[in-house]
Amino acid sequence: MSRTTLEPGAKAAPPNPAVPAVGQPALRKIKKSKLAYWLITPAGILELLIHIGPMLLGIWIAFISLNQLNLTNWLNAPFVGLQNFVNGLNPESTIGQAFFSTLGRTLLYTVVVVGCSWILGMAGAVFLSSNFRGRTVLRTFFLIPYALPAYVGTIAWAFMFNQRDGAVNQILVDVFGLFGGERPFWLLGENSFTAMLIVNIWQLWPFAFLMLLAALQNVPGDVYEAAALDGASLWKQFLTITVPMIKPANVVLLLVMCLWTFNQFNIPFVLFGATSPKEATLISPLIYQNSFGSWNFGLGGAMSVLLLLALLIASASYIRLVMPKEKDNA
Amino acid sequence: MKMILKAAAAIAATTALAFTLGGCGSSSQAAGGGDTITYWATNQGESVEKDRQILAPALERFTAATGTKVNLEVISWTDMYNRILTAVTSGDGPDVLNIGNTWAVTLQETGAFEPVEGKLLEAIGGKDRFVQSAWGTSGAPGKAPTSIPLYSQAYSLYYNTKLFKEAGITEAPKTWDEFVADAKKLTKDTNGDGKTDQWGITAAAGAVTSGAHQAFIRGLQNGGGLFDDAGKPTFNSAAQTAGVKQWVDLMATDKVMAPADAEISQGSNAVTNLIDGKAAMLFDQNPVKNFKSRDFQDWAVAPMPVVSLSDTGDKATHSFVAGSNVSIFKNSKNKDAAIKLAAFLTSDAEQVYLNDAYTSLPSVKAAYNDPKFQNDAAKQKQNTLAEHAKPMPLISKEGQMETLVGNAVKALFAKAATGTVSQQDIEKALTDANNQMAAAQ
Repeated sequence: MSRTTLEPGAKAAPPNPAVPAVGQPALRKIKKSKLAYWLITPAGILELLIHIGPMLLGIWIAFISLNQLNLTNWLNAPFVGLQNFVNGLNPESTIGQAFFSTLGRTLLYTVVVVGCSWILGMAGAVFLSSNFRGRTVLRTFFLIPYALPAYVGTIAWAFMFNQRDGAVNQILVDVFGLFGGERPFWLLGENSFTAMLIVNIWQLWPFAFLMLLAALQNVPGDVYEAAALDGASLWKQFLTITVPMIKPANVVLLLVMCLWTFNQFNIPFVLFGATSPKEATLISPLIYQNSFGSWNFGLGGAMSVLLLLALLIASASYIRLVMPKEKDNA
Repeated sequence: MKMILKAAAAIAATTALAFTLGGCGSSSQAAGGGDTITYWATNQGESVEKDRQILAPALERFTAATGTKVNLEVISWTDMYNRILTAVTSGDGPDVLNIGNTWAVTLQETGAFEPVEGKLLEAIGGKDRFVQSAWGTSGAPGKAPTSIPLYSQAYSLYYNTKLFKEAGITEAPKTWDEFVADAKKLTKDTNGDGKTDQWGITAAAGAVTSGAHQAFIRGLQNGGGLFDDAGKPTFNSAAQTAGVKQWVDLMATDKVMAPADAEISQGSNAVTNLIDGKAAMLFDQNPVKNFKSRDFQDWAVAPMPVVSLSDTGDKATHSFVAGSNVSIFKNSKNKDAAIKLAAFLTSDAEQVYLNDAYTSLPSVKAAYNDPKFQNDAAKQKQNTLAEHAKPMPLISKEGQMETLVGNAVKALFAKAATGTVSQQDIEKALTDANNQMAAAQ
């Protein structure tokens, strides 16, 4: 995943005075590095157990025919090669069509959720990094959606979106008289996608806010003062000072938010139950439906592997393309 | 600093990726050994808490008689299937558990449950003690069953007698046409605000399983069926499509079911609509327990409407043979005690106690002699089970069938609530479900 452009920096390491090993006996150096390995061993083993193991298992499942007949004895499930991938990817089949349309929808969903969350988070962070009365109160207030357990927040939204007696329709229809007095459904049909977007943005933007707020604290105030003296407008200051200076934080933030959103499962599951409306089916719930709804674990596994590959390639190219540039800025 | 950020990004990416694959968790507890066994019960009463109160004295009697303690967990229907699935996969589950009887064959195929033969069959007193139709749901024909009928249920038409009287309807509809005509009479705006606030029928139109049940019943009544004789899915046959159309049309075309019902995924919410007078009729297996807890008196029960009264055989189907069965987990470390518990739950005395408490029907014949099962509702259900009920298809992929057909019906109701549903929409939904079923077979 890492790129060779890093190497000039790495090669320059020995003369770096910050590295304590310089000028010390070689023996001590080795001991030190051994200690480091010992220290990371427990974490390494746990990582293998918790993440890598299930991941490899998931890849294996994609190549076998796993259903209720062989579930108890899954190690002996028949190997079917690429059959699961063929079933899942055939654009002629119902399953394949659902997979591709869901993939497209999930991409759109990710772009909208991350985009809106980032803009809201950025606006909130810039707003709260200036000094004014009640700043701490607002800061706490903004963080509530993030502090609430995800399920609790989503269940509350599900109640509010209820067509007959939900708060959303009461406010929009009864108070403001929108939709011509007809209560729209938020959890069924086309609106379900919007409802899911709203809940996810509500839940995600405080995280962006928190990260960006922290990043903004590191931008020295005198840079702004100098820029203001030179006559730079606030907008110009934002574009030429704030954005470049918090770029390292932004890069990581966007990556993490994109991955979380692309894999979103909890929100649709709590809002809609085991099966999402067709208009709001995301990729993770689709995999769940294929695996648990129809007991077709091979197909679910194949879709997971495809998803893994897609995300791996996307993340790797992102890190390759975006990360080294900041190095030049530094 | 940049290096750290880069590493952090890489770690974050790997972690997030790992989560996409490592989704399947296990949460089952260790199977009880020694003097304690674990029992997973399905939710039969109006709440999980109520079920605990009903089961506690029965299990105390069991402990008093055998010295074995029972660690009880009551699990809601929405979670039960996945809980069982997890237990089956990990091989680490309860000693004794209840299952929905329509899953019996699917779960039998997993091989995770103890076959009901030999010592176990002897302990429960042989199969002749049981009501024949209920015993028919215990597993696939020709194989040793892996579950024992515990509670029996059937669909009936329940209606609000006060609303019937107000609309001038003197008796329950017998045919589908009468039913729709009555439902139209009962659908009205009672407070004059221009909006309908009383509906002919209510249903949990957002529930997957009840959608599958109605598709099964209406399909048979129209001369269709979900599978042909060779076991191939026929969800989209003309007759089956006509059956599903009748059911969805109640909301889409006849406008006698509230669009809001498309959001109801819990059966008890539909029962509440009937009690509150928001709707006049309801197809349900067992709403009486909810009626009792709300002290609701203005109800009556009738057989499910049929397409034509002269129909016989499959076309005269009112219900599937519904209910819960009890199974013993093969991996149980205390099989003797598990067998004793299964025998205890299906004993005459406990069958009377439990089925009376849950207002369901006993699965053993002798329990019917008790006066508790001589009332109208119980007799109605007995008649349906004896004369007009067929088991859901006894095939290994029953669970998949329920999910696929039920989701298709649920999606059609969602479409009816937010727009219109055409004949083509119904055909397409059922064809898609049919293709997925065929691909999975």
